[in-house]
Amino acid sequence: MNDWAYTDKVKKHFTNPKNILTDEESFKADGKGMVGNVKCGDQMLMAIKVNKDSDTIEDCKWKTYGCASAIASTSVLSVMVKGMKLSDAYHITPKDITKELGSLPEHKIHCSVLGDKALRAAIDDYYEKSNQEEKIEKDKAKIICQCMSVTDHEIEHSVLEGAKTYLALQEHTKLGTVCGQCETEARKLLEEYKRKHFS
Amino acid sequence: MTQKRIYMDHNATTPLHEEVKNTMIEALSLFGNPSSLHSFGRESRIAVEEAREKVASFIGAEADEIFFVGSGSEANNTVLSITPCNPETCACQSECGREIVTTKIEHPCILETSKCISKKEGTKVTFIDVDKFGKVKIDSLKEAINEKTGLVSIMMANNEIGTIQNIKELAKIAHDKGALFHTDAVQAVGKIPVDVKDLDVDFLTISAHKMYGPKGIGALYVKRGVAFCPFIHGGHQEKGRRAGTENTLGIIGLGKTVDMRKKEMVKEERNLLKLKSILKDEISKNIEDISFNGHPTDCLAGTLNVSFDGIEGEAILLYLDLEGIAVSTGSACASGSLDPSHVLLATSVQVEKAHGSVRISLGKNNTEEEVRYVAKKLAEVVKKTRSMSTVYKK
Repeated sequence: MNDWAYTDKVKKHFTNPKNILTDEESFKADGKGMVGNVKCGDQMLMAIKVNKDSDTIEDCKWKTYGCASAIASTSVLSVMVKGMKLSDAYHITPKDITKELGSLPEHKIHCSVLGDKALRAAIDDYYEKSNQEEKIEKDKAKIICQCMSVTDHEIEHSVLEGAKTYLALQEHTKLGTVCGQCETEARKLLEEYKRKHFS
Repeated sequence: MTQKRIYMDHNATTPLHEEVKNTMIEALSLFGNPSSLHSFGRESRIAVEEAREKVASFIGAEADEIFFVGSGSEANNTVLSITPCNPETCACQSECGREIVTTKIEHPCILETSKCISKKEGTKVTFIDVDKFGKVKIDSLKEAINEKTGLVSIMMANNEIGTIQNIKELAKIAHDKGALFHTDAVQAVGKIPVDVKDLDVDFLTISAHKMYGPKGIGALYVKRGVAFCPFIHGGHQEKGRRAGTENTLGIIGLGKTVDMRKKEMVKEERNLLKLKSILKDEISKNIEDISFNGHPTDCLAGTLNVSFDGIEGEAILLYLDLEGIAVSTGSACASGSLDPSHVLLATSVQVEKAHGSVRISLGKNNTEEEVRYVAKKLAEVVKKTRSMSTVYKK
């Protein structure tokens, strides 16, 4: 069957995933990062080995609890980052991953987001262990809706999960359902994240 | 060489029965409008009424109690549209209650429609609980129905887990409180014996394509004398109960479908039970850390729903697809929503297990050899997927 739900490259990485972390003990990672939640249906673990002289990723292995696109995203990411400078790998975006895969169905974009988050968590972990905390970019969440304490990160997550309108965003996050003061800012962010991930 | 494909997703839809196909091919040139008075029209009218007789007799109804519709979803929407009908603006509605009682495990065309009606009309809708096997909790039902209840709608057999309800008992509870009773029997009719008089239901939904019939045709049983209001207005067809020129070809197909079901259903059920038992044994023998969902005995013969710990259903489905095997999943990832199957969650299956569920629904063409092959491939796929899981440690 050719008309698969995914691109050939997704299918390739799904069929034969590269760099699976089969033996955590013996891999001896320099940095490890786990993100996601099994209750939400996906979780990812990235483990990296670092070449300390060149500051590059020497090896990258992973595990995931997730669907086909989660498996393919993480697999392709692990291939992409090998030999890459840590500072470059740190700034890989979900869009870079989906581009490498050809494309992902719209409701699957969030799988690629988890991959890059897990990678950054692994690099952060390495920075922490090697006393280079100054390199960790603190990605602080900002509260947008004070009443329901919804952050910009949650809005971005919600957009990735499929919220395309303010109403959908409200239904998903409950933001702006009390005093409604955050509406303008939330609408602005909604448009921004839609552009960022889907245009 | 083309890959051998195995279809085990019969609760989604079924292949067209060879004899139904032949009957439909013969009927393709029958183009007259059944409402026309001339000979072309009369030919079609006769064919439509023959099919109506067949469908009626298949479920123990009278022909004038059967209305053809475009799908099971349309039949269900029609029934739900009756309840909040306003007696002041619609002549057909009696003084019965306006509230709806249904369950948490209905098909989305009942769940979403009742939510929509509730929003638009302010109608109160109560979604009652089921137990861990998917059986309606009788106490919850009794508690939910009161004198304001107009309609109780409960599916006969569940599409995801196969659990079969005791509709006769449930309908009696509704009637004792003066409410009408509807059952969505789309997964039941053609698989288990259904007699509307014995069950004493007021409405019953049928779909052709779940029992080797064509798509785009269904039927709604409406008991004689029960208040009814059309969902699609503007035509005298189906005694003014469903406007739109009849889907003659589909109706003829449905008529032939129930003919074939009459002949094959009982034997097929026995065979499916045997196949499912082999499948279940093989899966249990070869795969650890699994759980079966649904009722162990009051269950559709061909339906098996199983959860695999530590992995996600969509990945299993697609790995099997690469092997040419077609099954279904209740995982969220496959549907595009965040939440996994509402049916599994309603039966108190843990969220993690619901994400890792696979539904295998067998049909008349499946063989023992296929079942054994699928169980073997499933074991391989589960092993592979678990080897890359963050959760499964063994």
